Amino acid sequence: MSSSEARPYGRRAFLGLMAGGLSSLLWAGPASRVLSPVTSGFSQLLGNLLPVGGWRIYTISGSMPLFDEASWRLEIDGLVRRPLALTYADLRALPRAEQVSNFHCVTGWSVANVRWGGVRFRDLLALVQPLPAAKAIRFVSLEDPYDDSLALGQALLPDVMLAYDMDGSPLSRPHGAPARVVIPEMYGYKGVKWLTRMELVDRQPTGYWEGLGYDQNAWVGRSNGYSA
Amino acid sequence: MATAPERRRLWRFTRTERAVHWVHATAFLILFASGLCLYLPSLAEAVSRRPLLKAIHIYTAVGWAVALVAIVLAGDRRSLIRTAREIDRFDADDRAWLRSRAAPQGRLNAGQKLNAVVTAAFALLFAVTGFFLWYGERDTRFRLPNALLVHDWLMYVSFLLFMGHLFLAVIYPKTRHALNGITRGWVDEEWAVQHHPKWVEQVRDRRTSS
Repeated sequence: MSSSEARPYGRRAFLGLMAGGLSSLLWAGPASRVLSPVTSGFSQLLGNLLPVGGWRIYTISGSMPLFDEASWRLEIDGLVRRPLALTYADLRALPRAEQVSNFHCVTGWSVANVRWGGVRFRDLLALVQPLPAAKAIRFVSLEDPYDDSLALGQALLPDVMLAYDMDGSPLSRPHGAPARVVIPEMYGYKGVKWLTRMELVDRQPTGYWEGLGYDQNAWVGRSNGYSA
Repeated sequence: MATAPERRRLWRFTRTERAVHWVHATAFLILFASGLCLYLPSLAEAVSRRPLLKAIHIYTAVGWAVALVAIVLAGDRRSLIRTAREIDRFDADDRAWLRSRAAPQGRLNAGQKLNAVVTAAFALLFAVTGFFLWYGERDTRFRLPNALLVHDWLMYVSFLLFMGHLFLAVIYPKTRHALNGITRGWVDEEWAVQHHPKWVEQVRDRRTSS
């Protein structure tokens, strides 16, 4: 009988899979970038069949905020000369900016070439006229208690915006309807979704994730333990 | 007894083995469903309660590990050790079966052995990457940028394996009788002669020698 020539393939396969799987914690990122021409075709195919598209939706509370156009306001206040509250129509009537940029999440996934439409912060700030003491903007989400902030200089970078359109249609509920902050140079947790208030402040407060140990200046590839 | 000899039953899996299987299967399904709700935007919107789903996902994983330890402690450990040894060993027929699908097989065929190995390794890798995802959110020093990617890949491959497993166990007429073995423990001897002749031989030898 053949039992004498039995070989321990089971444990070899097991150990091989474990070695491959654990070491992939080191090489999975580079490998997926090398394979991205293949996998992006696959995920595009999948994206047409399934609602994947590379995004994943992170929320911190029990339910996703629901946008109601009649009652929604964007309050802009704090250290400003003319505090005001914009309606959705007011927001959309402001000078429109468009851009295509990549989105990076601190947990390791990215979405390339997202088409955003929205308003530059320069145009929003011109409406309220910040006082000289104002050094930063605190962004408050309808999703309590999520907030985060950007230094004024960061908010005024050329490809930073308050977006109300994504990929050709109004921002959907999972993506932060009706408006979210977009700052491609920084990880996604800086891009506050379901925005309802911008408060001009003299010092950057600690944001939601920053209170849990994440960096305030969340530069992609240069923060949160990543190095260039 | 009135049972005809060709309708004789062979005990294929002990209660302990079946318990391991069903704990694993149940946990996989709950983890897969809750994980998809965390992963797919449209499901995330429909369900919308991310903290609850996260809790379900994490506590199911903890429950899975605790249940497996409990089964090992309280169950028939000898049958588990015997099965593990069986899964480890690939004899000449097993190796031939992998190439041609046409060599006589024991209680577990070579494909079933490989499936068991992959399932066990994937479970551990899911647990390790899942731990980093969970703990890295609390302590950023444990945040590994690739953990999410590996967790995703494991999910895609597991899903394909699961669909194949389901097909063979529930749909494919030639093999689906095997489901009886993992639910009630026994299979028809007649079926076993077709699919696992070396096992039937062993059982008959034991019968005559005892």
